[in-house]
Amino acid sequence: MAIASPDTPVRTARITRVFIYLFLLLFALFYLLPFGIMVINSVKPLSEITGGNMIALPREWTIEPWLSAWSTAQIGVQPTGLRPYFINSLMMAIPAVLLSTAVGALNGYVLTKWRFKGDTLIFGLLLFSCFIPFQIVLIPMARILGILQMASTTQGLILVHFVYGIGFTTLYFRNYYAAFPTELVRAAQIDGAGFFQIFWRIMLPSSGPIIAVSFIWQFTNIWNDFLFGASFASGGAAPMTVALNNLVNSSTGVREYNVHFAGAIMAAAPTLLVYIVAGRYFVRGLMSGSVKG
Amino acid sequence: MGFLDIDNVTKSYGAVEVLHRVDIDVDEGEFLVLVGPSGCGKSTLLNMIAGLEGITSGEIRIRGRVMNGVHPSRRNIAMVFQSYALYPNMTVGKNITFGLEMHGTPKAERDKAMRDVAQLLQIEHLLDRKPGQLSGGQRQRVAMGRALVRDPDVFLFDEPLSNLDAKLRVDMRTEIKKLHQRLGTTIVYVTHDQIEAMTLSTRIAVMFDGHVQQLGTPKEIYDSPANLFVATFMGSPAMNVLPTRLEERNGMLHALLTGADGAERALAMPHAPAAASAHKDAEVLLGIRPEAITDPEGADRKARTIQPMTNRVTVTEPAGADTFVTMTLSGKDCIARMRADAYVEPGRDFDFAINMDKAVLFDPRTEARIA
Repeated sequence: MAIASPDTPVRTARITRVFIYLFLLLFALFYLLPFGIMVINSVKPLSEITGGNMIALPREWTIEPWLSAWSTAQIGVQPTGLRPYFINSLMMAIPAVLLSTAVGALNGYVLTKWRFKGDTLIFGLLLFSCFIPFQIVLIPMARILGILQMASTTQGLILVHFVYGIGFTTLYFRNYYAAFPTELVRAAQIDGAGFFQIFWRIMLPSSGPIIAVSFIWQFTNIWNDFLFGASFASGGAAPMTVALNNLVNSSTGVREYNVHFAGAIMAAAPTLLVYIVAGRYFVRGLMSGSVKG
Repeated sequence: MGFLDIDNVTKSYGAVEVLHRVDIDVDEGEFLVLVGPSGCGKSTLLNMIAGLEGITSGEIRIRGRVMNGVHPSRRNIAMVFQSYALYPNMTVGKNITFGLEMHGTPKAERDKAMRDVAQLLQIEHLLDRKPGQLSGGQRQRVAMGRALVRDPDVFLFDEPLSNLDAKLRVDMRTEIKKLHQRLGTTIVYVTHDQIEAMTLSTRIAVMFDGHVQQLGTPKEIYDSPANLFVATFMGSPAMNVLPTRLEERNGMLHALLTGADGAERALAMPHAPAAASAHKDAEVLLGIRPEAITDPEGADRKARTIQPMTNRVTVTEPAGADTFVTMTLSGKDCIARMRADAYVEPGRDFDFAINMDKAVLFDPRTEARIA
C-alpha cells in the first residue's frame, strides 16, 4: 500500500474499507462456490447426491469416486478410468508447450535483434494466426495430418498445438525482447558470440518471466482444448478433455455424478497447479542491472 | 598512413547520406574524441569502426588491414557502451572473461587476465557479484574491464560517462585519462560534452550534420575554430559572437561595436589576420571568448593587445571561482568572465579589458573563420 500514514482526509475511510473487504469476500465466495460444490460432491456417496442433497457437506466421506474416476470408470466402451487419457494429455501438452515456446523465443529474438527486410510483415502474418478461429483450420489440418499419417495420434495433436501456438509465443517473446537492450547484443557480437551463443547465453537467461507467461498460456490452452482433441484424436489417443466428455456423456448405466465431479477436478487440476507454481515467476526484475537502473 | 585510417568514409540510409566523406587518420596511442550535438553522425561513425554498421563507401583500416565487411569480433577492437551493456545474468568475472571465452582462450589464461584487469581497475572484490548489485561507477569500471581484458588495438567509447552523476563523471574522466597515459592505448571516444572532449583528447573531431567541421588538437579547436559552429559549440559559456563592422583607422583595422548606451566602441585589431583587410568596411562577426573580457587587473599580462572598453553591466552571476558578467554589445548579450573578487555591480558602467589577441573574425555569409 502506498499510504504511509493512517490519517486520511475522509473520516469514514475505515468504514468504507470494511465494506470494500466485505464486498470482495462476497465475490470471492461467489466465484469459489461452483468449485466448492464440485469438491464436496466428489467425496460423497452417489446415494447422498441422488437423495437431493447437493449443497450439504457429505454425511459419509469417501474417496471411492476419485479412485473410480481415475482407474475403473467406463470411458466410451473401455472401463479404464481417466488415467490413460490423463497421460495422453501430458504426452501431448508438454512437448507442444516446449516446442512452441522454443520456436516463439527464437522468432522473437530474430524479429527484434536481427531485423531484416520485411520482418514486420512476417510478424504481422504470424500475429494473424492468433486471430484465425479454430474451426477454419479443422479441415486443412485434418488433410495434412492424413498426408503425414498422423491422424488419431498424440504426435498429430502435438503438431497441431505446436504450430497453432507459434503465433502467440512469437508475440510474447517479440514484445519482451523489443524492450531488451540491443546494446547487450552488440556487446556480445564484439565479444565474438555467434547467433545461437547470444540467444543461449545472453537472451534466454534473462527471459524467465516471459518463459513463465508462455508456459502458462500455452499449457492452459493446450490442456483445455477440446475441439482439436475431439477432431483429430478420438479413441485411444484422446486427450483428457475428450475423455471427460465421454465419461460424463456415457449413455449406459447409472450416472455417477460424484465420479463425474472427481473427473472434472482431475481435468482441471494441472492447469491450476501450473498457475500456482509458475505464477510466482511472473515477478519482474530479472533484467535489473544490465543497463542503467 | 595511420594506425586507424578512416578513409573517405560515407554512410547512407537509402538515398539519405548521413555521413559525408569523413577522412581521419589516427596514430597509435592517440586519444581521438568525436564530439558534436545529437544526430551529427558521431555514434554512427563509431559503430562503423566497430563493425556494427556497414560502410557505404570508403575504407576503414586498422593497422593497415581493411576492415570493411569484417565481423566486429575479428577487428581486435573493444567497445564501452553508454549503458555499459553488462550481461545481467553473469557475474562480474564472467562478464569480463566472456569475450575471451568466445575467442577460445584457455580457462587458466582467462582467469589470469581477469585478475590483472580487476587489479588495475580495483574491482577485485566485485568479481562474484552480478551487475544488478553494483553502483553506476562500479558498472562503469566493469565495462572498462571487459574492454581492457581483450588487449585490443583500438578502444571505442560511446558516451561512457553520460549515465553518471556530475561528481562521478569528473572522477571517471580523470581515471580514463590516467589509464590512457599509463597504457598508451589508441582510443576513439564519442561524447556530446565539449568539456570531456577538451580534457581527454589528444585530438578532437568536431562533427555537425554528418560533416567533420574541424579536426585538430584541443588548443587549435579552442583558439582557432574553423567556423562559427565549432566556435560556439566548444567552450562554456559559449563564445560571444557580435555583429561588427571593420574599419581602418590610423592605418589599423578596428572592429566597431555599439555599446549599451548606443554609442560606438572601436576595438583596435593590430594583429588581425591578413585576410581581414579584404573585409574592410564590411559587416563581419567578431568572436570573443568570455575569459578574454576581464577587468583591467585580471587581464592577461602576456597579451599583445588589450583594448579598454566601458560599458553598462546588465547582470552579474557569481559562480564561486569566477563571476560571469553580462552586458549588451551591438544588440547581443555578451558574457565576460571575471575573477571572483572583481567588484562589478549590475546597472553601473564598468571598465572592461578585452584581449584582442584571442578575438577571431567570421565571414557572416559562409560562417568560416577569416584567417
